[in-house]
Amino acid sequence: MSVLADLFSLAAVGAGVFFFIAGTAGLLRFPDSLTRLHALSKADNLGLGLVVLGLIPRAENPLAALKLVVVWALVLLSGASTAQLIGRVLRRGRE
Amino acid sequence: MSVLPLLDIGLALLVVAVAAWTIAARNLFASVLGYVAYGLLLALVWVRLHAPDIALTEAAVGGGVTGVLLVTAGKRLDALKATRSGAGPGLRERIVAGALSALVAGALAFVVASLPTPAPSLAPQAAAAAAGPGAGLGNPITAVLISYRAFDTMLEKIVLLLAVLGIWSVGADDAWGSAPAPLRRARPDGAMVLLARILAPIGALIGVHIFWVGADAPGGAFQGGALLAAMWMVAMMARLLEAPRIGSRALRLALISGPAVFLTVGLAGNILAGSFFAFPPGFAKPLILFIEAFMVLSVAVALPMMVAGPPDGESKP
Repeated sequence: MSVLADLFSLAAVGAGVFFFIAGTAGLLRFPDSLTRLHALSKADNLGLGLVVLGLIPRAENPLAALKLVVVWALVLLSGASTAQLIGRVLRRGRE
Repeated sequence: MSVLPLLDIGLALLVVAVAAWTIAARNLFASVLGYVAYGLLLALVWVRLHAPDIALTEAAVGGGVTGVLLVTAGKRLDALKATRSGAGPGLRERIVAGALSALVAGALAFVVASLPTPAPSLAPQAAAAAAGPGAGLGNPITAVLISYRAFDTMLEKIVLLLAVLGIWSVGADDAWGSAPAPLRRARPDGAMVLLARILAPIGALIGVHIFWVGADAPGGAFQGGALLAAMWMVAMMARLLEAPRIGSRALRLALISGPAVFLTVGLAGNILAGSFFAFPPGFAKPLILFIEAFMVLSVAVALPMMVAGPPDGESKP
């Protein structure tokens, strides 16, 4: 059972790391701010989500697992809102 | 071979690189962003040094509040630059300023490098004291801050008050007593309002939680207060709340409540427990929580008032 849980953690955290690396590559390589923002929000939302998912079986107790989920939810909230705010400033700059 | 030492070395190099980039950045805004990143990285360093209390403070104050303060200050500087185009410092001033900075940095480096090993430390006395009058607190950091180094902790809050007073006194004479200018003039975006509506209640709850667990776990008055301050600032940025008039009695009472309660309890200790800032045995924990609650209030009010800036006069009643 613990081997299965470890394998699950490894797979989920690994997938999360992949999204972070992909997001960082996008941040460095994409041509303009809007696409870079797009790459970054993938890393935050999906990457962190998968890392949290992988860490949940390793949490000491259900409360700690819940805290991990809350951290992810807060990052989702702030990431989505700041992406909106930055995107809107960019569009205003273009007009 | 563990990867942790490698990660630590990478983290240390990253901190130095971001610090250098912050100084070298030509653009004020970029420099401020570098400083915020530096604060967050430093918080990670404190976590690696097993000092979660300092990490929380560094993340909240170094990364968060100072960042907002510097961004606001940078905006004001830009506005000033647009109206007044004086010549910048000349080559000679730059050389003198650079030489003075190098001298201070060199002297500091010399002092740090010439410390004896083991470094002189008050840690054993502090630990003993934390187990004494501050007994009942599971978190030795809070015990040291409030009972062993009570005077220092109180003076820190008074420094905050002095900073707020200094900022207020920069305002024009006829603006005295009025409210500071809103953090942004334009109507805020829907996204900002939504963020503030959802985040502020959650953040306030976490701030109170961090203060409350501070007695027994990493956390405390300053960290909790800084989080509450940040949530107030988010609400002000979304224009859900307006900055209060600086003449408001409630605002002034909230500002002085922390140090005032601390001093009163300290003086009472003179009579009840035999020395200044001594807590009567058995009452240490409730008294400390009582003092800290007012400290939270003072910090939560002082930091946003610093960011809000001097009174503006436009919203005068």
